[in-house]
Amino acid sequence: MAILSPTKPAHARGEPDRPPRRLGLSQRLGRLDVKVSPYLYISPFFLLFAVVGLFPLVYTAVVSLYDWNLLGGQGDFVGMANYVAVLQQPLFWKSVANTFSIFLFSSVPQVIMAIAIAAILDQNLRAATFWRMGVLVPFVVAPVAISMIFGRLYADQYGFINELLGLVGVDPVAWHGDRLASHFAISTMVNYRWTGYNTLIFLAAMQAVPRELYEAAVIDGAGRIRQFFSVTVPQIRATVIFVVITSTVGGMQIFDEVRMYDARGLGGPDRDWMTTVVYLYDVAWGNQKSFGKAAAVAWLLFIIIVIVGMANFIMTQRIATGGTRGPKVSRRHTKALLAEARAGAARSGTPTPSAPPGANAGPPPGSPPPPPSIPSVQPSTGSPNQNPGEDVR
Amino acid sequence: MLSSTRPRRSRRVAAATAGIASLALVLGACSGDTDEPGTADGDDGESSDEEITLTVATFNNFGYTDELLAQYTEEHPNVTVKHVTAAESGDARTNLTTKLAAGGEGLADIEAIEVDWLPELMQYPDLFTDLTNAELDGRWVDWKVQQATTPDGKLIGYGTDIGPEAICYRSDLLEAAGLPSEREEVAEWIGGENATWDTYFEAGQEYVDETGNAWFDSAQATFQGMVNQLDGAYEDPATGEPKDLASNTEVKDLYDQVIAASADENLSAGLEQWGDDWTAGFQNDAFATMLCPAWMTGPIEQNAGNVEGWDIADVFPGGGGNWGGSFLTVPASGAHTEAATELAAWLTSPDVQTQAFEEAGTFPSQIEAQESEAVQTFTNEFMNEAPAGAIFSTRAQAIDGAPFKGKNYFAIHAEVQNAINRVDLNDEEPEASWETAVTDAQNVIQ
Repeated sequence: MAILSPTKPAHARGEPDRPPRRLGLSQRLGRLDVKVSPYLYISPFFLLFAVVGLFPLVYTAVVSLYDWNLLGGQGDFVGMANYVAVLQQPLFWKSVANTFSIFLFSSVPQVIMAIAIAAILDQNLRAATFWRMGVLVPFVVAPVAISMIFGRLYADQYGFINELLGLVGVDPVAWHGDRLASHFAISTMVNYRWTGYNTLIFLAAMQAVPRELYEAAVIDGAGRIRQFFSVTVPQIRATVIFVVITSTVGGMQIFDEVRMYDARGLGGPDRDWMTTVVYLYDVAWGNQKSFGKAAAVAWLLFIIIVIVGMANFIMTQRIATGGTRGPKVSRRHTKALLAEARAGAARSGTPTPSAPPGANAGPPPGSPPPPPSIPSVQPSTGSPNQNPGEDVR
Repeated sequence: MLSSTRPRRSRRVAAATAGIASLALVLGACSGDTDEPGTADGDDGESSDEEITLTVATFNNFGYTDELLAQYTEEHPNVTVKHVTAAESGDARTNLTTKLAAGGEGLADIEAIEVDWLPELMQYPDLFTDLTNAELDGRWVDWKVQQATTPDGKLIGYGTDIGPEAICYRSDLLEAAGLPSEREEVAEWIGGENATWDTYFEAGQEYVDETGNAWFDSAQATFQGMVNQLDGAYEDPATGEPKDLASNTEVKDLYDQVIAASADENLSAGLEQWGDDWTAGFQNDAFATMLCPAWMTGPIEQNAGNVEGWDIADVFPGGGGNWGGSFLTVPASGAHTEAATELAAWLTSPDVQTQAFEEAGTFPSQIEAQESEAVQTFTNEFMNEAPAGAIFSTRAQAIDGAPFKGKNYFAIHAEVQNAINRVDLNDEEPEASWETAVTDAQNVIQ
């Protein structure tokens, strides 16, 4: 009733007095306010970024074109010679390989574990805040302290882990001798530190998922696992992308853990666990003291990170949108299937559930029986945020 | 409208730019003003009565206590001394080089440096104040002054301590093995005055045969002592040009010798020096002896707490040897270089260094301090009451000079150390490991 009446007069009233010929000062300021203020409000970040982000980036590019000694300062302009020299160093490529290996060992399990833990924390646990803060504790510990503790754990001869392995009759692992073993050990430090942090980010995103979706899923007979993959994961897609990108950037820049992993901090006698950032550090502050080459390494690393970041972005977008739908089923195909199903339903009159196109195998036989939960859901729709969770428990 | 606002806006922008620029100029002028009296003061050298604060940056433990520094303020009431300590020499090195690269901004008035950093700093002597002072001639052992003197005669650092090397050993382990365990006996057994690396390794062979345990901690640490006895190990002392590692038979011989002792005869515990296993090794009786520069007694006591039996033998294979030692420098960019030079001279005086030795065990490089009563009678309680002062004095006298180390020394040395560690820690094949070092060294030579 009251829907139509207020809108029309408003329109009518607004039309006659259009912009006046002359703008008063306050009006002009007001217009300026609307146009300029938002930019001013966000400008501190960009100013700061220009000073501490963009400037170093550009300056590094400049340095990389010169023969530049740490102590001697700027030398001759050498063009791309630093890049060529770095690309010809087998050590650079070894460090890149190490970086990728450690990155894979850390970021992949990290993101998967973080989502899993977040999903558990998203349930209505007792003392939820305690658990939620608990996962963040490792993040608060200084990385150097973590490295020192893990250093003791992973010591080759008198390390705790090798002692434990000895108890169950397993040969000690050469944590500082075997390349993959050292990557694994370093990755555990990284994971220890960052999993909790990512968990909280995922948890925040999961909390924002509308609870009605879970209710609907429960009514549709989706089990917990199915809910997780069909509701939670697609809903937190943006966050997954964010976390994957940040952990890519972080994973490609691992430094502290490697630096503290052995006494000299340069990746061991064979540089078996020297990451690219440690290589950069060694070139700039080690015996070579070549800022020019180090700057070139920094830019090469930057390019690598951008490429890997983009690749991950594309990949995660695929996975997240794909969700549980089989990636093989094309959109046109699913549309055709849906139309067919509808037509079939109309013809026969029986309510054919418009089955999710990806569920090739039909409803999984192992899905939990929905009936018991349905009655209790229905009366409690008044407060949808709380009760479904309780019911599930 | 636009046409009317534009000029005004640009005028405003111009005004703002002018304002900012003038502000910057004013501020710049201000800072220039404040700077000038400082530098002028420093240059005059009239330490007069102007209140100044001098900062001294050191690392680990130089033995400069607050009471000691207060003593200087007592003698020079206008000078307040601030002491900054980095936990580790590596941190201090990064700090120093980074700030030197930035034009000296933020450096302390006195920066302590380790002998290992000298080659890289000596290439830029202009960054430091020339500390040459005829009055101080003969204060230090000759080779210590030599180390910090540039080819054209500029002295960039006053010596603090040196690292004369002896052998530290576990008397309890040797005794249990039925081998000599008294200080003099052990020194004699290892070879006494004519000890060589062969006699040291032969003694080790006896111990290993007897017990099956390792004789020394690490092949790389032992090699450190061996290579320090070569003059110009990796570079030609005359020209400073790096030698080709592939044809460097002197170093290769030492490499073969230490590898043979470590890998073939199992004398080495295979622990990476300063690593976690090495630290734990002290508590696990992992080795019976180790090369022991004077300052090493500190880390031994730290790591081997509650382990009784550590002692010092007055012997060192191949004659004398120096490992480490530090200097105090005065960066040229400081505001009070003259006053800082005076303080550095005071801090490295025999009297002060004697106190520092008693405090931190850093063995003085000053001849007078080495001969002083306090140093000569000093005993190290943890080291089984060994007369550390007297032993290290004798060891210091056995040092016949400092080996030449040019700008490529540490780059090449690091590769050889890696080669040794690959064999000692990871059981790689010695010849292949050496070949890797040869190729790697070519990549890092400048």
